[in-house]
Amino acid sequence: MKDIVVQKVNKAYGKVQALQDISLHIGEGELFGLIGPDGAGKTSLFRILTTLLLADSGTASVCGLDVVRDYKEIRWRVGYMPGRFSLYQDLTVEENLNFFATVFNTTVEENYDLIRDIYVQIEPFKKRKAGKLSGGMKQKLALSCALIHRPDVLFLDEPTTGVDPVSRVEFWDMLDRLKRQGITILVSTPYMDEASRCDRIALMRGGRCLSVDTPEGIRGTFDKHLYAVRSASMYKLLLDLRTYPDADSCFSFGDAHHFSIRKDVVEKEGEAAFRRNLQAFLTAKGHTDIGIEPIKPGIEDCFMAL
Amino acid sequence: MRMLKYLLEKEFKQIKRDRFLPRIIFLLPVIQLVILPFAANFEMRNINLSIVDNDHTVLSRRLTDKVLSSGYFRLADVSPRYDEALVSIESNAADIILEIPSRFEERLGREGTAELLIAANAVNGTKGGIGSSYLASIIQDFNQEKSLSPISAQEGGIRVTNLFNPHLNYKNYMVPGIMAFLLTLIGGFLSALNIVSEKEKGTIEQINVTPVPKALFLLSKLIPFWVIGLILLTIGACIAWLVYGLLPVGNMGIIYLFAAVYLMAFTGFGLAISSVSSTQQQAMFTAFFFMIIFVLLSGMFTPVSSMPVWAQELTRVNPLRYLVEVMRMVYLKGSTLSDLTGHFIAVCLFALFFNVLAIVSYKKR
Repeated sequence: MKDIVVQKVNKAYGKVQALQDISLHIGEGELFGLIGPDGAGKTSLFRILTTLLLADSGTASVCGLDVVRDYKEIRWRVGYMPGRFSLYQDLTVEENLNFFATVFNTTVEENYDLIRDIYVQIEPFKKRKAGKLSGGMKQKLALSCALIHRPDVLFLDEPTTGVDPVSRVEFWDMLDRLKRQGITILVSTPYMDEASRCDRIALMRGGRCLSVDTPEGIRGTFDKHLYAVRSASMYKLLLDLRTYPDADSCFSFGDAHHFSIRKDVVEKEGEAAFRRNLQAFLTAKGHTDIGIEPIKPGIEDCFMAL
Repeated sequence: MRMLKYLLEKEFKQIKRDRFLPRIIFLLPVIQLVILPFAANFEMRNINLSIVDNDHTVLSRRLTDKVLSSGYFRLADVSPRYDEALVSIESNAADIILEIPSRFEERLGREGTAELLIAANAVNGTKGGIGSSYLASIIQDFNQEKSLSPISAQEGGIRVTNLFNPHLNYKNYMVPGIMAFLLTLIGGFLSALNIVSEKEKGTIEQINVTPVPKALFLLSKLIPFWVIGLILLTIGACIAWLVYGLLPVGNMGIIYLFAAVYLMAFTGFGLAISSVSSTQQQAMFTAFFFMIIFVLLSGMFTPVSSMPVWAQELTRVNPLRYLVEVMRMVYLKGSTLSDLTGHFIAVCLFALFFNVLAIVSYKKR
C-alpha cells in the first residue's frame, strides 16, 4: 500500500476557497503531477497530505493511513520537499544530511544506495554550508534529505521552480530513476512542459481539479483545430485573430499565437480553403510575413481550453 | 536519546556559527556588570548649585564652603540677585538655588535664628528632591557645628545602622539585581527569537514532517539556553567578585539552584512567545513588552514596598521579582534555602506554567 487517496477535500482560508471538492486516487509507484498556476491550491493539498494542515472537510489517506488519525505513522513513511528551500542554511551539506537521517532514526550509510546518484553530484561540496549552494545544488540536497529515510511516498512541491532548464531536465531524470525504485511520487509544477514527464496529471485552477488523465489522454480531449500563427506585427495579430468570425480562442505562446477554431467550421469549408481564407483575412488587415501552420495541442493548450 | 543528542548538536553548531550571537552573549554580562552599576547610580552627585549670597560675611562664606566641600554639589554660579539665579535654573545651568539673606550673620548672632532659601528645579524630581534634602542636612550639620541653634532632637541624637550593607553601597545592591536581569534576558529573548527564526526560514516545515515529537523538539531548544544562562551566571559571579569584591554571604549553590529553575521558566516563556509569533519582529516586540513590565515591577530599581498596593499585588506574578530578591538576600544577607522556601515554590510554579504554555501553544500540526 503506497497509494494516495483524496476524497472530497475542502479547505478555505477565511473567504478564500483554496481547495474545492478535490478527489484523487494516485496509484502505487505512480509519478503523478499536479499542474496549475500559482494559487491553484497545489501547496495546500500538499500540506494536507503531509499532515501539516487540516482539511475543513473530506478525507485523505497516504499509504492507507488517515492523514488526521495516523499522522504520526505517516511522518515516518513520507518524504517532503517544500517549495521553499527549508534546510538549515548554516549547517553544511553533510551535516544537513546526517541531521535528517538521525531524525528518522537511520543513518546515511544505510540508505546511501537510494541517494547515491543525486548525492555524488553535490558530494564535492559536502563541507560547504547549505546556504552557500547554487539553486540547482540546493534542490539536489533537499531531494537527498527528503529521501534519506527511504520513504514510500515522496511529495515534491514545485521542485523545479527557479531552476535553470538544464537542471530541470536532470531533475526529472532523477525522478524517473526514483520511480523505478517503486517510490510513489506526487510532484507539483507550474510548468506545463514538464507535465509530459508524469504518468498522470491533474490540471488544477482556483482550488478545483479540472481534469485528471495521462498527458496523452488530456491532449486527446482537445477537440478543435489548432494553428500556430505568426506575422510581422504580433500584438496586432493577436487582436485581429480574436475578431476572426467563428474564432474560438487565441493565446500568445512564445514566438507564435495559438489560434483554435471548432472542427466543424474548418471542415465545412475544407482545411486548405480555411487557411487561404485566414491568410486573406489577415492580409486585408494589413499583416505581412504571415505564417500559418497546423499544430498538435500541448498540455498548456488543453489547460487554456478548460 | 540519540535524536535529542543530535538535535542539541545542531542547536549548538548553529549558535556557534552565528556571527553575532556568541559575542553578544559574552559581552552582555561584562558590559552590564562592569559599566552599568557605576553609571546607573542612585546617589546624586554633581548637583549644580547657584548661590546668591546677600550677606558677604565670614559666616556666609563658611556655609558656602561647607556645602561645596561635601562633594555632592558643584558651583554653577554666584549670582548677585535671586532673579538672576533663576535664569540659570531656567537655562538648566543650575539645579538648586541657595539664597543667603542679607544680615544673615548678624541675625543669627542676635536672634539665634536666620532663614535661608532653597529653591530646586523639580523637572527632574529625584534630583531636585534629593538635592534639597542633602542641602538641608548639610546646613543642619553646619548649625550643629556652630552650636548656634541647639535643637532638642539633635541633642538626643539619632544613630542609624545600615544592616547587611553597612556603607549603603549602591553597587552591592545593584550587582545581584543585574545578574538576575541577565538570566532573564538570555532565557527570555534568545529563546523567543529561536523558534521564530526557524519559522521565518521555513525550516520548521521540514522538521514538522519528521517524526520528531514536539516535546523533544522544544527540549532541544530549551537546553542550550539553559546551559548558556548558567555559564553567564558564573561569569557574572566572577565579575562581581573581581570588580566589586562581592561574594555571596550565603551559599552560591542556592543561587545556582534558583537560576536553573528560573531559566527553565524564562526559556518556556520565550518559547511560548515564539510559538504564537510568526516573525522575529513580532516575537521581539512581544518579549520586549513583557520584559519592560517585569523589570519595572521587579524591585530592581525601585523598592516593591514603595509601590502602590495594586502594583505590589502585580509583582507577585512577576518571576523576576522573586529572583532579584533571592539574589540580594543570598548575596547580602546570606539567606538559606529554608528562608527562601516561598520564593522557591513560586519560581517552580512559574517554570511549570510557562513550559506548559509553550507546549500547548506550539502546535506541531
